[in-house]
Amino acid sequence: MNIKLHYDVPGDDFTRAGEASGLVKRKLKQLGFEPDVVRRVAIAMYEGEINMVIHAGGGEADVEILPDRVTVVLTDHGPGIPDVEQAMQEGWSTAPDNVRSLGFGAGMGLPNIKKYSDTLEIDTKVGEGTALTMTILVKG
Amino acid sequence: MPASFFHPGGEMMAENRENKTRFFHSVTLDKDLCVGCTNCIKRCPTQAIRVRDGQAWIISERCIDCGECVRVCPHHAKKARHDELSVLEDYRYRVALPAPALYGQFNHLDDIDFVLNGLKAMGFDDVFEVARGAEIVSDATRQLLMDGKLKKPVISSACPAVVRLIRVRFPDLCEHVLPLKAPMEVAAMLARKAAVEKTGLSPEEIGIFFLSPCAAKVTDVKVPIGVERSNVDGVLAISDIYPRLVSKMNKLAEQKALEPLAHSGIIGVGWSSIGGEAAGLLNENHLAADGIDNVIKVLEELEDEKLQELDFIELNACAGGCVGGIFAAENGYVARARIQRLRKYLPVSCSRMEDAGSMDSLEWTQPLEFAPVMKLAENVEDAMRLMAEIDEICERLPQLDCGSCGAPTCRALAEDIVRGLARENDCIFRMRRQIQDIASQLSRIDSGLRGEESIRYRWQKNGGNAGQEGK
Ligand SMILES: Nc1ncnc2c1ncn2[C@@H]1O[C@H](COP(=O)(O)OP(=O)(O)O)[C@@H](O)[C@H]1O
Ligand SMILES: [Mg+2]
Repeated sequence: MNIKLHYDVPGDDFTRAGEASGLVKRKLKQLGFEPDVVRRVAIAMYEGEINMVIHAGGGEADVEILPDRVTVVLTDHGPGIPDVEQAMQEGWSTAPDNVRSLGFGAGMGLPNIKKYSDTLEIDTKVGEGTALTMTILVKG
Repeated sequence: MPASFFHPGGEMMAENRENKTRFFHSVTLDKDLCVGCTNCIKRCPTQAIRVRDGQAWIISERCIDCGECVRVCPHHAKKARHDELSVLEDYRYRVALPAPALYGQFNHLDDIDFVLNGLKAMGFDDVFEVARGAEIVSDATRQLLMDGKLKKPVISSACPAVVRLIRVRFPDLCEHVLPLKAPMEVAAMLARKAAVEKTGLSPEEIGIFFLSPCAAKVTDVKVPIGVERSNVDGVLAISDIYPRLVSKMNKLAEQKALEPLAHSGIIGVGWSSIGGEAAGLLNENHLAADGIDNVIKVLEELEDEKLQELDFIELNACAGGCVGGIFAAENGYVARARIQRLRKYLPVSCSRMEDAGSMDSLEWTQPLEFAPVMKLAENVEDAMRLMAEIDEICERLPQLDCGSCGAPTCRALAEDIVRGLARENDCIFRMRRQIQDIASQLSRIDSGLRGEESIRYRWQKNGGNAGQEGK
């Protein structure tokens, strides 16, 4: 038994950022997943979704929910990440000033995604885009 | 100017019935507690308070309900009125409108739904977050700024004390004020509409209650600016409902399922503290200032056309923003830190302008008009004459601004004298000098009568005894 969800994440309206992960969070709660699992999925997907909007002009989110794991794939056609190792560093950020006063641009997004997911894959090519695949396991 | 210019806070409405609502203020005076000290008169940003006959008096027309006097009064004689929970009984369906500042009042809160479910457990039939109204206003402001139809820099109209301050002190800035309803009004409008649709009741049977950190909002609902009538039926103080709400929330923590009611994002919740409204514009070209003294400084700079390059000015009368309001239960800076954490993984925004229908429904229906309550006279010639008199009287005053006369500054006393509301002898320094003059006159008369030389007493430095010396 699995549930598949698909969301378009628009890049032209910053105020919509975070909507998709909010919906996924609500779904997981309703399905009765452990609060810790819900939290980890919600935060990891949120950070990736925000990144797509801030850094890549939007993209798509595909979520697969299984009883023992949740997988989130975020795909964009933005500029790609030239130096992934640098991007993974805590505090590294190229976010513009106008989103900083909302609390973004702390350079903690990618590090947090890594911290909260059990596996993380970053597939990126400069000029073509980025795909993030994160899996959160339900430990029992 | 008639002597009724001074209204004792608590009774002004009874005294002045035809102006009953026009001069309504949340901020009032408890005569029994007032000892006539000068703390409040010195703190008031519009010089709206005088001490007369040992009691503070509020000049109603000038009061902007900023609450500074309530904060500063050491005797708790200055109070801010608000509605009581019992007003809920007057309505068949009751909707709570929590200000986003409410979310910062609780320790260890990690989910806004606890607060909203707690409100329902307290007796409200539904909740409608003011943060939703805020996000709609943010969206509308972004549009208006983009369309270039507003006079820049645009000054936020969300803080009712700031709008009232501009209205009485900064005539040139009135047309810079954002002509949009405040988030509370927008939320109230939408909440009533939703409740009517949901219940089939008539609009009057629905009670809309703002849960406020702010005293000026009480006034803003009774005597609104920009709209003819407020959609809010009552304003409850957060500090007043707080104990009851916390106990309901603690009970909720024991059970598991919460009704998902929260529908606000980073932008809406952020309006609770200074900088939040400006950040919601996604535009770096702004300034945000808090605390009434800082607000006045910025307004003065704006008046001098020194900040022309900015697009938007956010001003909050309370330090820290709305979380610093006098009805808040928690220290404003603590509340602000909690809200920063609480909003972290929220969507950027959950509401937009379309949710309100159209821009029309958000716009002010009445322009902000300058209220010249500080004006000396109706025409310039009279005013110039009075000004000259004031200057002349001022010269004779000690310029200590001590407040002992009951006016905040020597100049304010001079103005009061010219207006026929005070006398020069209200100044204790003037009075002392006059007594000295009279005393020396008396002694001159006395010595003249006795045909003696005048005598002067002098303390001798080393001897320590008073000596006498012929002149
Ligand atoms: N989807 C993406 N496309 C392009 N660049 C990205 C993307 N996600 C992250 N980055 C780059 O990695 C940096 C670090 O990301 P992150 O840790 O989330 O911090 P922040 O978003 O606060 O800048 C970003 O500033 C950006 O340069
Ligand atoms: Mg990020």
